[in-house]
Amino acid sequence: MSTATAPRPTVPAAEPAPPKRPRKKTGDRIEPAGVFAPTAMTRIGLVLVALLSIFPLYWMIIIASRTSSDASGFPPPLLPGGNLGEHIREALTSPDANLLLGLQNSLIITGTVTVSVVLLSTLGGFAFAKLRFRGSKILMGTVLFSMMVPLQQLGIVPMYMIMVELEWIDTLQAAILPFLINGFGIFLMRQYVEQSVPDEIIEAARIDGASTFGIWWRIVLPALRPAMVVLGLLTFMLNWNEFLWPFMVLSEENPTIQLAIRQISTATWATDLSMVFTGTLISIIPIAILFVVFGRQIVQGIMEGSGK
Amino acid sequence: MTTRNAAPRLTWRERLTRADVKWTPYALVSPYFILFAGLGLFPMAYTLYASLHSWKLGGPEREFVGFDNYEFLLTTYDRFNWSIVNTLGMFVMATVPQVVCALMVANALNKRLRRPMLWRMLILAPIVTSVVAVGVIFARIWGQEYGMINGALELIGLDPVNWQAGRLSSWLAISSMVDWRWMGYNALIFLAAMQTIPRNLYEAATVDGATPRQQFWKITIPQLKPILIFTVFVSSVGGMTLFVEPMMFSNGNLNGGADGQFQTTAMVLVDILRNHGNYGISAAAGWLLFIVIGIVAAVNFLVVNRIQGNK
Repeated sequence: MSTATAPRPTVPAAEPAPPKRPRKKTGDRIEPAGVFAPTAMTRIGLVLVALLSIFPLYWMIIIASRTSSDASGFPPPLLPGGNLGEHIREALTSPDANLLLGLQNSLIITGTVTVSVVLLSTLGGFAFAKLRFRGSKILMGTVLFSMMVPLQQLGIVPMYMIMVELEWIDTLQAAILPFLINGFGIFLMRQYVEQSVPDEIIEAARIDGASTFGIWWRIVLPALRPAMVVLGLLTFMLNWNEFLWPFMVLSEENPTIQLAIRQISTATWATDLSMVFTGTLISIIPIAILFVVFGRQIVQGIMEGSGK
Repeated sequence: MTTRNAAPRLTWRERLTRADVKWTPYALVSPYFILFAGLGLFPMAYTLYASLHSWKLGGPEREFVGFDNYEFLLTTYDRFNWSIVNTLGMFVMATVPQVVCALMVANALNKRLRRPMLWRMLILAPIVTSVVAVGVIFARIWGQEYGMINGALELIGLDPVNWQAGRLSSWLAISSMVDWRWMGYNALIFLAAMQTIPRNLYEAATVDGATPRQQFWKITIPQLKPILIFTVFVSSVGGMTLFVEPMMFSNGNLNGGADGQFQTTAMVLVDILRNHGNYGISAAAGWLLFIVIGIVAAVNFLVVNRIQGNK
């Protein structure tokens, strides 16, 4: 496991050469290496897939920076226009769209959820990885079960009823509450603790008189810092993009950014595609920044989170 | 460990340590389980209770009606049954090409490429786009009058298609949204699993004269079975609860097209709950959806599980 290779999240350094074969790379040539040498087909296919991945996003930026009429017809324009700054200013200040409020609400909701999930997951992951207590197997089984079952869809009716009863409809706490815990987070943290915190260190700390909580604070948390970054990023992305539950409990007057985008794209500005795409672009920017800065961690997090 | 003869009298500190070792683990996991009980288990049981009652927001006192709500959905409310057909159809239409593409892309990424991290990030980029944003963009790409796809069709002399109108055509458009957003993510998960396959298996196969294609089918795919089962399971749950993409494709509404040709079960549920305030029927819809998900997941497991058997 390569958690140790991600010491500083802010350094997107060049990919280190694969350690197994420290052969020199000579220009564009890739030396023959059996089945792992990429063929021309492989390269062409990958380039095509990468273009397809990027194109809809690129098109959105193009249209957001031009005028709505440029969006029709084929082939689409391939170069951006000069209206982007103006459009963004217009979108953010327009009284027809709650983009600023939406951004603010989404930041509050997503930030709270992320902090909660990361902290509770390190607590639980530590307990399940390193502490012995009666019932731990059953409890961990419950966590795995909660990961498998789509509780959100099944529980949406009573959760909504509860929010109505509490008169929490249209409040941010209603949008936050169901997401404060995450079984996947506990599962991920348990894996990381098992790999990165040796039993001996915990034993030694106990002998020195450290309490369980003290061990969590002084030994486990520092060791988990890279994993916390990864889990925090994934949780932030997931919750920033959440739609269904905020749609149930919040209104268009007090929306998350996703609700605001639905509103502008289907009602407020529906015919002005350039503005719709500008708003949509604004909604993506925070996640896009995270992706550009922490892309390596996100890729590693997804790949390691799945490694069973 | 204290020795036997010191046992009767523990110091205050020793007692504290013992209590700490014994009880703190529960304190550490309790926030999760308290919230899980309140937000997961209780709602699940309560949904069952609500589904057996005639119960409306602001309506008269609830009344026990047995399985009437289920019967209504399955026999009277046509949209519900159609929604299951639509959801299953879109699930198959989206998942099969997605898994195949993801496997091919993962296989390509598993070659010795320069700048592997750059490739992975490019492939993963769609995931930054929220589902709503994907819906906004793709609804325009598939638009009837000015859409890019129709523009391309006209260019090669074909008539434009009203993608929203037909069942299959709307499913195709919605599947493209799902696939575009998730294909790269699944490719990375497959790639992670491929990297754990010992490379000497391939070297030995090459020595024995196996072509890359044979190696892919006889080494890579069987070794990926556990992760395939996992991915297909996750896709089943995600696909059967599809909501935002079809909603954005029907201009933000829950009706899924004029005749509900792409209305999913989650849309029906939310429509009954939010627009009609009918707790009882929406709760029954939730349980029926849950059962369907269970069946789909089980069938998928059986299908994927056969992989190792062939040849």
